[in-house]
Amino acid sequence: MDVRLSDEQRALRDSAARVVNSLAPRTVRDLDDLERADKLDAAVDASGWRELRTAVDDGAPLASAVEAALIAEELGRGPADTAFLGPTLAAEFRRVAAAPTSGSLETVAFVPDLSALACAADGALPSRAVAIDARGATSALVLVPAPDGYLLAEVALPDTGTMVDLTRPVAAVEPAAVVPVPGQGRPITAEDLARWTSLGLALTCADLVGAMRGAVHLASEYAKTRRQYGAAIGSFQAVQHRLADAFVSLEGSRSIALHAAWSVDASPASDALAAAAAAKAYCARAGRAVCEAAIQVHGGIGNTWECLAHLYLRRALLSSDILGGVGVNLARVLEHHGIGEHHGIGSGHGLR
Amino acid sequence: MGSENITGSDRDMDFGDSPEEAAFRLRLREWLQDNNPHLPASSTSDDYWAGQAAWHRALYDAGFFGMSWPPEIGGRGLPGVYEVIVDSELAAAGAPPRPSVGFLVEGILRHGNDDIKRRFLPGIVSGRDRWCQGFSEPDAGSDLASLRMHAQHVPGDGEAGGEYVFTGQKVWTSYSDEADWCLLLARTDPDVPKHRGISAFAVPMHQPGVTQRPLKMINGITKEFGEVTLDGARAAASDMIGEPGEGWSLAMTVVSHEREPGQLGYVARYRKSVDELARQVRDDPARFEAEQLRDLAWAIVEAEMLRLHVSRRLSDRMDGTSHGLEGSVDKLLMTSAEQAVGHAALSVGGTAHDGGDDTWLNMYLYSRAQSVMGGTSEIQRNLVATRILRLPAS
Repeated sequence: MDVRLSDEQRALRDSAARVVNSLAPRTVRDLDDLERADKLDAAVDASGWRELRTAVDDGAPLASAVEAALIAEELGRGPADTAFLGPTLAAEFRRVAAAPTSGSLETVAFVPDLSALACAADGALPSRAVAIDARGATSALVLVPAPDGYLLAEVALPDTGTMVDLTRPVAAVEPAAVVPVPGQGRPITAEDLARWTSLGLALTCADLVGAMRGAVHLASEYAKTRRQYGAAIGSFQAVQHRLADAFVSLEGSRSIALHAAWSVDASPASDALAAAAAAKAYCARAGRAVCEAAIQVHGGIGNTWECLAHLYLRRALLSSDILGGVGVNLARVLEHHGIGEHHGIGSGHGLR
Repeated sequence: MGSENITGSDRDMDFGDSPEEAAFRLRLREWLQDNNPHLPASSTSDDYWAGQAAWHRALYDAGFFGMSWPPEIGGRGLPGVYEVIVDSELAAAGAPPRPSVGFLVEGILRHGNDDIKRRFLPGIVSGRDRWCQGFSEPDAGSDLASLRMHAQHVPGDGEAGGEYVFTGQKVWTSYSDEADWCLLLARTDPDVPKHRGISAFAVPMHQPGVTQRPLKMINGITKEFGEVTLDGARAAASDMIGEPGEGWSLAMTVVSHEREPGQLGYVARYRKSVDELARQVRDDPARFEAEQLRDLAWAIVEAEMLRLHVSRRLSDRMDGTSHGLEGSVDKLLMTSAEQAVGHAALSVGGTAHDGGDDTWLNMYLYSRAQSVMGGTSEIQRNLVATRILRLPAS
């Protein structure tokens, strides 16, 4: 066991950090700077990060989920208003289905609360579905039940999205005819779906870790400069302890999220899913608490639209909801321990 | 912040076993099949503390203790991650956790001279000699530097050094009833600022002038902590550990390691408890409600988080990164895990109001001390805020 990052992994993370540091929004107003946003998109597009999970010759992914998680964390820290999670999960689906890569930017669609993938039976989605990471994407993948598993189908996306997370719009997809993805080499099995879910959970955990890093940094710097009673508020123990707790939650999240990312490619699918679920429950709880702390440390300003803190909170809320937050994932943890289908603590596995 | 500064390695990050690690794991697993003493939980019964010394020696004799310490003091000279393997196998076998003496070893390794290290460390590592830690006093808890234990130097008859005579009281002295030696902090110079006048000693416990009294804790345990009164007890000047005035620095080394879950081996204790609680639920699921299951699920998640966090920390040390400020972070994470397990013990294990088994209640009660011992959570938060986040001192 050696869970230090390799030199290559560190170099990858550092290059993502450089892009984020130069092109991610530094203020809420920066979100409206479309020239900046386009440059960020172009930089991410050119980097090849969205293709980390595409297949190489033997069908294995170009890079492990650890590399993808390193990118997700830096983008979360940004907070970077560019698509990554959706295209990465779409690429993973195409890899698993041995389907050709998409020619345009593609994402995935979920049920409206985002806790599970959208599944289209009889050629149409049963109700509204929501595509994540809709910025720049023209289509989203959904699943269609087939005799020996699932097949991939695509659905066109509307031009307009809505934003809980101001950095990552989602797009509502009306029930509509879905088109099978051409050239699929094999169906997606339940085991494939479990592993895909573990990837999705691991990447949302990494994004949460990134958002927490951004929030802790933002609030700590503010606490060093904001003065009341003739002193920096960061010198008061009440403020110090709140930020210390936030940092400690971040560090615990980092450790459990790192393991989840490693497990995606290294563990049996059920173990990978359990590892990812444990990490997601932990990171979702921590993410909200840490971002709330960042707002509290900013006081009144933290509750204004102009303060960056709510961008992190909103980002954390979206990442928590994707593939389920605390309840769904605690249920997955219990199920892995042989305690299943219980008492409404949370339910749902990949599909609803 | 955090691991940003840790240097990388030339191979990909890996939570899995290397071939050597896998072979070691298998050997330990097989050994445990015949050598598990099946002691009760350390947090709930004095029988554990009575059996701990034999367990320590058995682990050591079989080659499963002191994995990462240098061979010259009886360690195995292996990477720290072997401790993670030991902890996970002990937990999986339902065996007791490994005894926690690492903070003494690290303190003496860092501050003792060669003679001190040669004389004392092999006995601590092997479990041959039992040690207690005489740091806290009734009026020196979080403010440890204000300790008053008085050390009077008595020059010898021509020979070098002479000896020191001690007067004062210590409290929270772990295993004082069984200890052969005490790692004692005492004031050797009352005329300098309080942090600078403290020295550390190895003091024999079996001598006139030493009295110890057990402290009964809220869970009924009497053999973990004691109070020690020294009235004319002595130590040779050559048994001072470090230089005169180096006691505070040694204390900081010891307590920072005392905060480390990797050093303490508590991961095994938490895992064993949550596995047992999960088994109870599986045996009779209809008996439990959603809130109890949620408490159990959080305990599972927190225990797992701590295991993985320890793996990360011990990996980071492989490149020689010295122990630093992160001990406070780790202590707070360990506390969170211990108290989540405690809450699950209370919630799922339950309280026997009919005079039945009180194991789970006592485990819960024991968990409350984790946010106090080894430095309170409040002190740890102060350290995280000022030393890691670099917020201004209050």
